[in-house]
Amino acid sequence: MKRELSLLVNGVTYQVDVEPHRNLLSVIRNEVGLTGAKEGCDDSECGACMVLLDGRPANSCSVLAMQAAGRRIETVEGLATGGKLHPLQTAFIEEGGVQCGFCTPGMLMSAKALLDSNPHPTDAEIRRYLSGNLCRCTGYSGIVRAVQKAAAAR
Amino acid sequence: MSVEYFEAADLKQARDYLGRNPKAAVLAGGTDLVVGTRSGKRSLPDAIVAIHRLSELRGIEEQRRGALRLGALTSHADIESSEVVVRSWTALSDASALVGSPATRHLGTIGGNVCNASPAMEVGSPLLVFDARVELTSKRRKRTLPFSEFVTGPGRTAAEAGEMVTAVLLPALNRRPPVGSAYLRLEYRQAMEIAVVGAAAALAVDGRGKCKWARIAITAVAPTCLRASAAEDMLAGHKLTADVIDEAARAAAAVAKPIDDVRASAEYRREMVTVIVSRAIARAAARAQAGSR
Repeated sequence: MKRELSLLVNGVTYQVDVEPHRNLLSVIRNEVGLTGAKEGCDDSECGACMVLLDGRPANSCSVLAMQAAGRRIETVEGLATGGKLHPLQTAFIEEGGVQCGFCTPGMLMSAKALLDSNPHPTDAEIRRYLSGNLCRCTGYSGIVRAVQKAAAAR
Repeated sequence: MSVEYFEAADLKQARDYLGRNPKAAVLAGGTDLVVGTRSGKRSLPDAIVAIHRLSELRGIEEQRRGALRLGALTSHADIESSEVVVRSWTALSDASALVGSPATRHLGTIGGNVCNASPAMEVGSPLLVFDARVELTSKRRKRTLPFSEFVTGPGRTAAEAGEMVTAVLLPALNRRPPVGSAYLRLEYRQAMEIAVVGAAAALAVDGRGKCKWARIAITAVAPTCLRASAAEDMLAGHKLTADVIDEAARAAAAVAKPIDDVRASAEYRREMVTVIVSRAIARAAARAQAGSR
């Protein structure tokens, strides 16, 4: 049986009706209509579905949508403001942190959570914080450089 | 697929719901339950009671005379960054810092972790060497039992219908001479990994390098994490020389009951118990001695 659910995504409240077994990722993509977060492994391994819940990274495939009620959800669509890219997005482009792009929304959200809590991380801290985000285009060096560049720009 | 979902606002609601629906699954962070049901590892329960809003179950509390209480909803991120755990219960913070990824550690809870009862759970051996107890609450009563009796097999616990884990308790340790502890694992990668073999050691070491008492436990080499008391007996009363450590590590390997699986053969696992236990002892001893200076 469907339940009414109110989700706060990127500062906007969405009213949706969902079955309680649905995971947050599928509801964000299909009911809310934001397709930035990706389904990669569907098993909490790859991080393509990473969103922020109350500012902290969460694999949205392993959270029930019902559990996200009343919490602050951030997705990649909320990064750019006023038509201007977030410094992390700019740095990912400039440093070649993007190849196929499938992992990028998750990478960006983990990187944002990192910089919000640790504005000037070391390379080792960046690698550890992004350890739940897999890139299969072997783009890690560019990604680490991009996070450093965004940190320096703050 | 029809699932009943109930979100408890407080412990009484959760307890009462479980009293009425003893087969309901308790949902905390979701990192095991939600993932496991989707991948077909287990069937989805008919009823879920979500407890993630019960703030009274979250937090680390130092109790009288040096005991520690970890609420069931305390996350691995809370544990790995807790000053008191890092200082005095180091093997446990070592373990929590190894779980999954930052996202897993923010969502995953110690209560959920022990209920999942994986033979490879990182916190299992640290909880064994600290003689941890598990607090279970139901509508009728509250009881505690040793962690060693709580996990009864892979994915199986002694929790009865209608009971939920509300805390993990670490009793006070005699810290004179100073105690050091460590957990480490054999891993093929540094993140999003499951222990191939793991080991925890807790030791009290006096100023002359003599081990007063020792506790050793091993991970991912038996149906549950396992204490290795034969190894402990070989350390107690001795100076921790390389030979003594090696002999104790071999005694630990002798109690392992490993299996062949996708991560390693049983034979390799047994060999590696010796290596990982030796390293855990050496690291715990170094920490005990650093504490005595």
